[in-house]
Amino acid sequence: MANMSLKKNPMPAQAPDVRNKNFEEVTLGYTKETALDEAQRCLHCKNHPCMQGCPVMIHIPEFIKEVADGNFEAAYQIISQTSSLPAVCGRVCPQESQCEKYCVRGVKGEPVGIGRLERFVADWHNANAAAPAEKPASNGHKVAVIGSGPSGLTCAGDLAKKGYDVTVFEALHLAGGVMVYGIPEFRLPKAIVQKEVDGLRALGVTVATDTVVGRTVSIDELQDEMGFEAVFIGSGAGLPMFMDIPGINCKGVLSANEFLTRINLMKAYLPESDTPVVHPRKAAVVGGGNVAMDAARCAKRLGAEVAIVYRRGEEELPARREEVEHAKEEGIDFQLLTNPVEILSDENDNVRAIRCVRMQLGEPDASGRRRPQAIPGSEFEIEADCVIMALGTSPNPLIKSTTQGLEINKKGCIVVNEDGLTSREHVYAGGDAVTGAATVILAMGAGKTAARAIDEELSRR
Amino acid sequence: MFRVIRREELRPTVTLLEVEAPMIARKAKPGQFIILRVDENGERIPLTIYHYDREKGTVTIIFQIVGATTEKLNHLRVGDCLADLVGPLGKATVTEGKKKVAVVGGGVGCAIAYPVAKAFHDNGAEVHCIVGFRSQDLVILEDDFRAVSDVLEVCTDDGTYGRKGLVTEALKELIESGNQYDEVFAIGPMIMMKFVCRTTEPYGLPTTVSMSPIMIDGTGMCGGCRISVGGETKFACVDGPDFDGHKIDWDLAVKRNQMYRDFEMHKHEETCNLFRQEVK
Ligand SMILES: Cc1cc2nc3c(=O)[nH]c(=O)nc-3n(C[C@H](O)[C@H](O)[C@H](O)COP(=O)(O)OP(=O)(O)OC[C@H]3O[C@@H](n4cnc5c(N)ncnc54)[C@H](O)[C@@H]3O)c2cc1C
Ligand SMILES: Cc1cc2nc3c(=O)[nH]c(=O)nc-3n(C[C@H](O)[C@H](O)[C@H](O)COP(=O)(O)OP(=O)(O)OC[C@H]3O[C@@H](n4cnc5c(N)ncnc54)[C@H](O)[C@@H]3O)c2cc1C
Ligand code: SF4
Ligand code: SF4
Ligand code: FES
Repeated sequence: MANMSLKKNPMPAQAPDVRNKNFEEVTLGYTKETALDEAQRCLHCKNHPCMQGCPVMIHIPEFIKEVADGNFEAAYQIISQTSSLPAVCGRVCPQESQCEKYCVRGVKGEPVGIGRLERFVADWHNANAAAPAEKPASNGHKVAVIGSGPSGLTCAGDLAKKGYDVTVFEALHLAGGVMVYGIPEFRLPKAIVQKEVDGLRALGVTVATDTVVGRTVSIDELQDEMGFEAVFIGSGAGLPMFMDIPGINCKGVLSANEFLTRINLMKAYLPESDTPVVHPRKAAVVGGGNVAMDAARCAKRLGAEVAIVYRRGEEELPARREEVEHAKEEGIDFQLLTNPVEILSDENDNVRAIRCVRMQLGEPDASGRRRPQAIPGSEFEIEADCVIMALGTSPNPLIKSTTQGLEINKKGCIVVNEDGLTSREHVYAGGDAVTGAATVILAMGAGKTAARAIDEELSRR
Repeated sequence: MFRVIRREELRPTVTLLEVEAPMIARKAKPGQFIILRVDENGERIPLTIYHYDREKGTVTIIFQIVGATTEKLNHLRVGDCLADLVGPLGKATVTEGKKKVAVVGGGVGCAIAYPVAKAFHDNGAEVHCIVGFRSQDLVILEDDFRAVSDVLEVCTDDGTYGRKGLVTEALKELIESGNQYDEVFAIGPMIMMKFVCRTTEPYGLPTTVSMSPIMIDGTGMCGGCRISVGGETKFACVDGPDFDGHKIDWDLAVKRNQMYRDFEMHKHEETCNLFRQEVK
């Protein structure tokens, strides 16, 4: 008999005033008992509406059925058919606007905790069943993957399982893309990402860190001199945007990418790290997405009072619902319908405040969201010794500028067909490099699509 | 990987390392740089490629010991490995098509100036080099510069070697005495580059500077290296490091480079103490 409770089993978490001082994972995950109980809430709907909400169509009712029956490894195997990063996606997917949005249990009450169950299953598998992957027999074909974010890792993994000789080229010293340099430890423990990378190595994938494609090697060299028969570009969207307002370059104004890279990739919050990071007294974070929430919560953990400054309203915040809730619980102040117009500094060019203007929402714009408009005469100042810009990112132009014949749209994104093939022969692309800043699950899905197409192309040879 | 195969102490605070890095050596050009990490907890710091040997597959760097990371780097010996080395980064300096140039180097900036001067020379330009140091015991690469210069002026602030005074004075004299330069290339401390630009501006001499802001990734991902050039924001690691010196907002660039000063001083002390304890 199904569990008819209207509420999801709550996610155990560290207490807000404890966790806002450490970098350990905020949520602790379901226990076996809670997972069994939550799985009982699923009605195993025949037309499985939840699946349409999942960008990779995980067989949700089927895996939840296995959870309900206590067959956690079987559940894992079902998820693995369509997803390579369940431990990651179970944690970071915006479930409320994807799978769980369509769950029938959500019509009256809360939807089934699909993401939480997915995370439970993946963590259970990692803790109990992870038999070391075996290196498959080689099929003799060589493929290069550029970038080690979710799209690159997935593409590499799928091809390696089929016997391809895959090399992943990564510009930074550590593989994982945004999962290691952007998303903080307290939301996605780096050990989980490391496990994925180790798994790839066990499959025989070469992970070449410290290699910037476009500088260290070009795509032409990969193809013509190094013998890679196909190339997958998963280079992400790492170029930060800054606002065009006075004071944007003064000391103490930094991009969320810089702040988060210092903290996550360089571990600047640990005393043994040689990398410096600002320890603000009062930080203002501009933006309302996941990046803004992460930057704000990191600043909080470094001891700052933090305000989020966002030009639209609560409803429009693009961040995952859970992150907004968590940020609020942790004591972050939300200045909504507020837009910075100038950054003010002291005589040494150190930030001292940002001047903002209050906004109201007008008519919907092209994106369907209501356009914010400044309210005349509403200017005021927010004191801050650090301003973090989390306004979004676009694809890095380095690959475009060093690769002839690669078609790019006007937003700087690589143009591909439904198989992920670019305008260059044998060159595929996917993830944020194609879509602009999006999500882990979409990037993962794009990596899978391209791997399939590459396999089709090369196995025909 | 990234094994040190040669180490020379050019001066008590200036060291040269030749490191195995075949992929980087294959592609390196004058004016480009690498980013390295000495060990697992290490900071990523940029250093210019002083020399590369495509056959041997090595790159050579010259660095001045100014803080924790350069201190650690200086403790590496032949056979030791760097944790990471990535490059070549940045755009190469344009050294073709010039008839007559002046290259101005200040302090350890000379390590950067030399490959550029050599490339100008190899491309057939008449090269005048003006290199400046605080004092005699800091003078480096004099013979290297002599080999590629038609005119070489070595200056020291305190007059212990060469001519006494600042590079800007020597540069001004050369210009005043009728030398027509197609370009002046300056590299050294920000403050020196700023004054070189001040010196050349009245003569309308195109002046290129190699900027050295604080960097992390070196791929255009963090924006930490941004500088203001002609009112536009540029990322030095990908758009540079070379820029039109007359367009740079120098005061801002100088200040931004001091962003982490307190932390850096503290780390340097800590690192020095660590090495001192090891010696005991
Ligand atoms: C702070 C932050 C929080 C986020 N939170 C969430 C979340 O909660 N949920 C969610 O679903 N999504 C989230 N996202 C978005 C998500 O992380 C990205 O959509 C996803 O990582 C994109 O994957 P990707 O494989 O396309 O590229 P990336 O993860 O960006 O990886 C690209 C990799 O390619 C490397 N690279 C780039 N250029 C080169 C080159 N020339 N040569 C070699 N290597 C190169 C980069 O160094 C990087 O490692 C967040 C993003 C950020 C920044
Ligand atoms: C493109 C580029 C090329 C460079 N090439 C060389 C080179 O060939 N040889 C060389 O000796 N140095 C070079 N530098 C400078 C070098 O990167 C710094 O000296 C180094 O980062 C200092 O690290 P540290 O931890 O030892 O010192 P820190 O403790 O980080 O700094 C000590 C002092 O140096 C200053 N400093 C920090 N970073 C820089 C910087 N990027 N530039 C100038 N001063 C800085 C600090 O303000 C502080 O006063 C280059 C910098 C750039 C950006
Ligand atoms: S991958 Fe994401 S969208 Fe798909 S089922 Fe899992 S949590 Fe939901
Ligand atoms: S819609 Fe909800 S209840 Fe129905 S199968 Fe999907 S998860 Fe289960
Ligand atoms: S060093 Fe990060 S963008 Fe230049």
